[in-house]
Amino acid sequence: MISKMNHVSIFVLDQDSAFNFYVNTLGFNVHTDAAMGPGMRWLTVTPPEQPDLEISLMAIDEGMMFDKEAAEQMRGLVRKGTFGFGVFECNDLLATYEELKAKGVEFTKAPKKEFYGFEALFKDDSGNWFSLGEKEK
Amino acid sequence: MSLVSYPKIYLYRRVVQAKMFMDEHYHEDINLSGIADEAFFSKFHFTRLFKSIYGRTPHQYLTSVRIDQAKHLLQINKSVADVCYEVGFGSVSSFSGLFSKIVGQSPSVFQLKHQQRLQAVAEMPLNFIPNCFAEKKGWIKNSNFQDA
Repeated sequence: MISKMNHVSIFVLDQDSAFNFYVNTLGFNVHTDAAMGPGMRWLTVTPPEQPDLEISLMAIDEGMMFDKEAAEQMRGLVRKGTFGFGVFECNDLLATYEELKAKGVEFTKAPKKEFYGFEALFKDDSGNWFSLGEKEK
Repeated sequence: MSLVSYPKIYLYRRVVQAKMFMDEHYHEDINLSGIADEAFFSKFHFTRLFKSIYGRTPHQYLTSVRIDQAKHLLQINKSVADVCYEVGFGSVSSFSGLFSKIVGQSPSVFQLKHQQRLQAVAEMPLNFIPNCFAEKKGWIKNSNFQDA
């Protein structure tokens, strides 16, 4: 029986920029930042209240995972905002929205009460989009 | 419903600004009553709204920011005394006591454990990466990262 998820990947265009976005803007914690050889880096972050879920900020490099053409296609898709990688949760959506907007985060949907909950949508620095919801109080 | 029509959005904005002020000026001698005044609130109303948004009082929040920053500074190998004053505490013993109570270990033990982990990651990075990812990235084949 599967009990939980402990790693998930987000493909990013630039790991330095992603580090800045996820750590300095969103306030996530760095879990592991390991140099893996020239130009290669294993970088994972965790949401502040979920230290056992490592989010791998995965560079789209040409290599075993992507050949040159696939890497280029993938970068284009990420840049276009094709991928929605998940739903984040916060204690108070209006306050979090106001703070992140003040820090320059791009929201594609302002907080709105939907039948399934209170939700906003934002993009990371690469173009990946996320839903941001409010914890039920 | 547009955002401006949410009830009391202007109050939210003031509380968020106060929170962001603390994030930036945590090392200063922050007068929380002054922050409430600047946000045009009574201290009671400000504290109540702050707590409903962030789950803790402004004072508790400021302490948590200072401890988080202390963790960061300890991780980059600053001395415990330097960290204490840089994050706005007035005495090393009160800083160390509070840090231990919140983090569960003393600042020096926290720093030592972090340095040990950094060293372990640098020496054996594959011990910290799920094999499936390492394999996909081609890192398993690189003997530089494996035991002989």
